[in-house]
Amino acid sequence: MTTQIPRRPWLQRWHVKPIGWTLIILILLVASSRMTGVDVGMFFSNLGQFTDLLVRMSRPAWDYLPIILHPLYETIQMAILGTTIGAAFAVPFAVLAASNLVHNRWLRGIIRLILDLVRTLPDLLLAAIFVAIFGIGSTAGVVTLAIFSFGMVSKLFYEVIETIDMGPLEALESVGANKLTIIWYAVLPQIMNQFVSYFLYTLEINVRASTVLGYLGAGGIGVFLQRSLNEFNYSQTSVIILATLVVVMVIDGISNHLRRVLL
Amino acid sequence: MQTTISKKPATLNLWRRWNWLLWIAVVAVIYTWAITGLHFTGLQESAASVSRSIVHGLVQPDWSYVYNGSGEDLVSLILQTLAIAFLGTIISSLISVPFAFWAARGGKEWLHIRSGSGKVVLTLIRTFPEIVLAIMFIKAVGPGSYAGVLAVSIHSIGMLGKLFSEAIENMDRGADEAITSAGGNSAQIFMLATLPTIMPEFISYTLYRFEIAVRSASILGMVGAGGIGTPMIFAIQTRNWPRVGIILLGIVLMVLLIDSLSEQLRKRLI
Repeated sequence: MTTQIPRRPWLQRWHVKPIGWTLIILILLVASSRMTGVDVGMFFSNLGQFTDLLVRMSRPAWDYLPIILHPLYETIQMAILGTTIGAAFAVPFAVLAASNLVHNRWLRGIIRLILDLVRTLPDLLLAAIFVAIFGIGSTAGVVTLAIFSFGMVSKLFYEVIETIDMGPLEALESVGANKLTIIWYAVLPQIMNQFVSYFLYTLEINVRASTVLGYLGAGGIGVFLQRSLNEFNYSQTSVIILATLVVVMVIDGISNHLRRVLL
Repeated sequence: MQTTISKKPATLNLWRRWNWLLWIAVVAVIYTWAITGLHFTGLQESAASVSRSIVHGLVQPDWSYVYNGSGEDLVSLILQTLAIAFLGTIISSLISVPFAFWAARGGKEWLHIRSGSGKVVLTLIRTFPEIVLAIMFIKAVGPGSYAGVLAVSIHSIGMLGKLFSEAIENMDRGADEAITSAGGNSAQIFMLATLPTIMPEFISYTLYRFEIAVRSASILGMVGAGGIGTPMIFAIQTRNWPRVGIILLGIVLMVLLIDSLSEQLRKRLI
């Protein structure tokens, strides 16, 4: 029996990998700070202007609150409608993208590619395009949110579908049920709670997103946000931000509670 | 839902049998409110022609914009966007660590003042719109990608701090206890046990956040904070659809590439 201590290969002994990664990250850091023109000194020399802005924001103009109540409601309404439309379109796509329901690899691959492509587009970018198509107003916001949540919900949904218990499906298949019957009686009951939970989660994200969509003219509170910022009226800006904060937290609280009950 | 034992099963059953009606009523009220509240402007007359030219622009993108050596072309601006996202993520991952230890809950008690206050601060940061942050930093450092870097690095703290603190809460404390029992002090515990245990998760979350930062860096330019967003919003405003098409193509490719790269790295980490 040999009592030799296993020797580390030189790659490990000289820590080649960690040092290599550190070097790569350092090089990337230097390159990107040169590219973006980061200048720490400039930030501190202009700090006066920044704190001045913060001071002006710390005095919210509360009399502005009644004016922004309606756009705040509009923001929530946009989020609800957008999420619902997106989720409704997501269901068939999620079924087609689930590997345990659709055995055709090509169909699944194409559907997933479409979903991946939809998910790459940032929400504000979509908003800018849809404002150009639908004109300024909440319609553009609803369409943006619908497409944005479609991409997100469909991925969450098909991942849920792939985790279901296949037993009930096989039972129905063995008695000769068709695809739609199987989905209705064996798939839906298993996934309903998780679907609703993910729907609420997406709604939370959409409420957050919809507060800035108006910045580009897609309706809701963002329109007022942009107006106050353009007029350098920072005491109004801070009222808007605080009000959105309250709305987002209330919606998050309700949705978190409902999701805990559901799961 | 779990059944709770009650002394009045009859009323409980009645409630459980009929409470879906209440839910349907609530949902119906919410949707009526949502639909009647929005006044739909409808399609403007130019909608069809604008959509047609968008599709046309997407099919025939402006290839000459890809690279022309001026520093204002697609490739250089995409690289600039990536640089904003990278720098912002790295800075915020460093700032997030103390925030995470602040917000992580040690014991099991319901109310924890230190952890609770940390969580509230992180939620506040998370909810503060990134666009507004970018505009505020533009006032401080002028328009350009530096403002974008600052906006990304501050905004990301909200999410990274939350994810990091959850990683700390769920970590395996065995190594900590081993060092304690061998007589190590708290600095040694942190360096030799805590940090190595949570490092892979921290890096994985940072990579994930980088994916999100790439998306937000590409839109921050719309308010003037550098990156590909600036030419994008100009092209949309001037109805230069072939230009919009090529920029969209660039963003989609960039995001797909970064996502798959980061996914590969994350798979190897955990």
